[in-house]
Amino acid sequence: MPIVSMEVFRGDGGGGEFKTYDVDFDEGMVVLDVIHRLQATQARDLACRWNCKAGKCGSCSAEINGKPRLMCMTRMNTFAPGESISVAPIRTFPLIRDLVTDVSYNYEKAKQVPPLRLKPPETDGTYRMMQEDIDRIQEFHKCIECFLCQDVCHVIRDHEEKKKNFAGPRFFIKLAGLDMHPLDTRDRSEFVRQQAGVGLCNITKCCTEVCPEHIHITDNGIIPLKERMADGYDPIVWLLRKFRGQRKA
Amino acid sequence: MANGDYETHEHDVIVIGAGGAGLRAAIEAAAQGVSVGLVCKSLLGKAHTVMAEGGIAAALGNVWPEDNWQVHFRDTMRGGKMLNNWRMAQLHAQEAPERVLELERWGALFDRTKDGRILQRDFGGHRYARLAHVGDRTGLEMIRTLQYHGIHQGIDVYMECKIERLLRDGDRVVGGLGYWRNTGKFVLFKAKAVVLATGGVGKAWKVTSNSWEYTGDGQSLALWAGADLIDMEFVQFHPTGMVWPPSVRGILVTEGVRGDGGTLRNKSGERFMFNYIPEFFKGETADNEAEADRWYEDKKNNRRTPDLLPRDEVARAINAEVKAGRGSPHGGAFLDISTRRPADYIRKRLPSMYHQFKELADVDITKEPMEVGPTCHYIMGGVRVDADTTAATVKGLFAAGEVAGGLHGSNRLGGNSLSDLLVFGRRAGLYAALYAKDFGGQLTVDSGQVESIAHDMLEPFSRSGGENPYAIQADLQETMQDLVGIIRTESELKDALKKLEVLKQRAAKARAEGGRAYNPSWHTALDLSSLLTVAECCTLAALERKESRGGHTRDDHPYTDDTWGKINVVIRQKGSALQLAREALPEMPAELRTLFQERT
Repeated sequence: MPIVSMEVFRGDGGGGEFKTYDVDFDEGMVVLDVIHRLQATQARDLACRWNCKAGKCGSCSAEINGKPRLMCMTRMNTFAPGESISVAPIRTFPLIRDLVTDVSYNYEKAKQVPPLRLKPPETDGTYRMMQEDIDRIQEFHKCIECFLCQDVCHVIRDHEEKKKNFAGPRFFIKLAGLDMHPLDTRDRSEFVRQQAGVGLCNITKCCTEVCPEHIHITDNGIIPLKERMADGYDPIVWLLRKFRGQRKA
Repeated sequence: MANGDYETHEHDVIVIGAGGAGLRAAIEAAAQGVSVGLVCKSLLGKAHTVMAEGGIAAALGNVWPEDNWQVHFRDTMRGGKMLNNWRMAQLHAQEAPERVLELERWGALFDRTKDGRILQRDFGGHRYARLAHVGDRTGLEMIRTLQYHGIHQGIDVYMECKIERLLRDGDRVVGGLGYWRNTGKFVLFKAKAVVLATGGVGKAWKVTSNSWEYTGDGQSLALWAGADLIDMEFVQFHPTGMVWPPSVRGILVTEGVRGDGGTLRNKSGERFMFNYIPEFFKGETADNEAEADRWYEDKKNNRRTPDLLPRDEVARAINAEVKAGRGSPHGGAFLDISTRRPADYIRKRLPSMYHQFKELADVDITKEPMEVGPTCHYIMGGVRVDADTTAATVKGLFAAGEVAGGLHGSNRLGGNSLSDLLVFGRRAGLYAALYAKDFGGQLTVDSGQVESIAHDMLEPFSRSGGENPYAIQADLQETMQDLVGIIRTESELKDALKKLEVLKQRAAKARAEGGRAYNPSWHTALDLSSLLTVAECCTLAALERKESRGGHTRDDHPYTDDTWGKINVVIRQKGSALQLAREALPEMPAELRTLFQERT
């Protein structure tokens, strides 16, 4: 049975450090399995979140060798034999203990998103939507709320002062999805600009890179959202662009 | 410490559990204008519902206009081998379509038919393509829709909070005591009504599709508060869990693979399900490959493929093939869709299965077969409830979803769980709110009860030299896997009871290391009491029922027995002892009975 030397962050809001554990692992194991083995054998009170262990719930987000990832979808055989592996909590959010962080920022932002405002139904009382009209929104609905995109977003990570008026990539695709929803009638432009602060995003695509669901957050979500903000609600800008043929957000 | 020293929250209704049933219950209770607290062990949106894949069963009739609630009702009852509570099955079939349409009005985006309506897919035991779905991530769509609708309804959400015991005032439930996972501090909830929506018990088995949360919390809370449990012997082993590599053993492979054309084969490539068609389903099941394959397109002139027999039948068949030495290299069966459907179709219909096998097992399901085998998935039994109101047998307590028993009888059909959550989640919220509105008198919580529970909760910290709780949990899982699995027999069940006694003694000495803040060793030590309670209930009920039916197969009583078909095994706690009783199943009215006399 191979043995790995794993550095796991241990600590709480008051401080902490990496501790090194030598632990054996079996064929097919993922990082989360090794963390569980550590709990059962060497570090019973090691705190981590997890639920589905199949990449569907987005609970076990961590930074593995510095990269934001899901522990349940990171196979041990992706590391070179003998390579040491570090597991740290996602660092943008305040630490609770060990690998568990306080992600309540995201739940507060979620509450602020103006919900669906339904259009009236067809004469038979039901709604019709064509598959081609919802394909692109279904992509956003794949989001498992692991908050890895929020973790790497520069605005959230480095600019505490801007967080109040910034929602982050997870909620940009939520907003884009609502905006594109065939049954929705609400105008969220004010919210998207002011409270969600989409203008602060400078499209570095870090969020897209870490998305475990491979959602094209920037290209399919944020950029169209920025374009709509620029296009839809300012007739003069729209007119000027029409003449000049510019499509800059 | 007096009551006032605990962080205390008071609500008309508290809902414990925030999966589909809990969220739907909280939304409905809030709509009745009462104050609602929603308490959940994990973060909001992470509950087990998120893992549901295939779809929500509802007779919308979008794909097959012949479908209606009577057909759905009949399928559900037959799938449960007629042990279902007929009234629950009726309400479920009648109300499921409206619950699905309601989700759509709240923003859910189901896959569409060509004319823009909700598309429905085939699943085991359903006569028509009936499951509203979103690829193979329907549960995610459902929980996210309920979550984002729910956060605007004025519900107070208490995340990562675990209720340890319910509190009683005389004969009624008036709240619960629990702890915050983050800090380990106690929190007291006073409530006129409590809705249990805590899910299942699968963590008592070693190979399971269930997460750490499934420790039988609600079943145990109810039992300890004096409520009845029924049908605890009926545990569903889903036929298709992953079997390789070992670390992913048990992770669910959706029935949608078979619903969309996938087929089971043994190591010789034989479609073995044709050899396992039981008498009960012969009339409606194809007996040759050509007819089975035609059925996907033409349901009027062909009978259903045996690959889509109810789950109990398929799980037993795979189990038998493996035992006979005809299994796949890692002790399962082959599930193949790669030779039956184009790669694009597979990726579109089953994206998360494609992803899951690719990432976790290095298998490309568009090019090669999967290896699958039974995995503990669901418990049909649970808290005994009134069909219409979801009221438990103790006042002030309601239960909905997997934690409640009755709807699914001895075996649940795929897709009937998500619809169950919506239909009975709504009913639980509604009737809990109505009960709370009628609640007379003061809401009083006895501080002695609170003190004693709090004292017990801290015990694992003070047990010097005590045992590792993870080791006890692992041994429990081993015991249930070996002795109370798919195929059961009296001697093994008795052996299991003895082992459970020993495990109970060990659990009483389980020791938590470290402090109270986010300490999984403490949480695991505490969860052992509910896990052991439900394990014992399942074993006792399995020993009591001397026949084979649905999710309960006795090697020593291999046949279905009509006498047992009219009986529920009921478990209740008297003092500290568990008591078993055989009680008559509610009798179906004549007009519904006629539905079972038509052609199969």
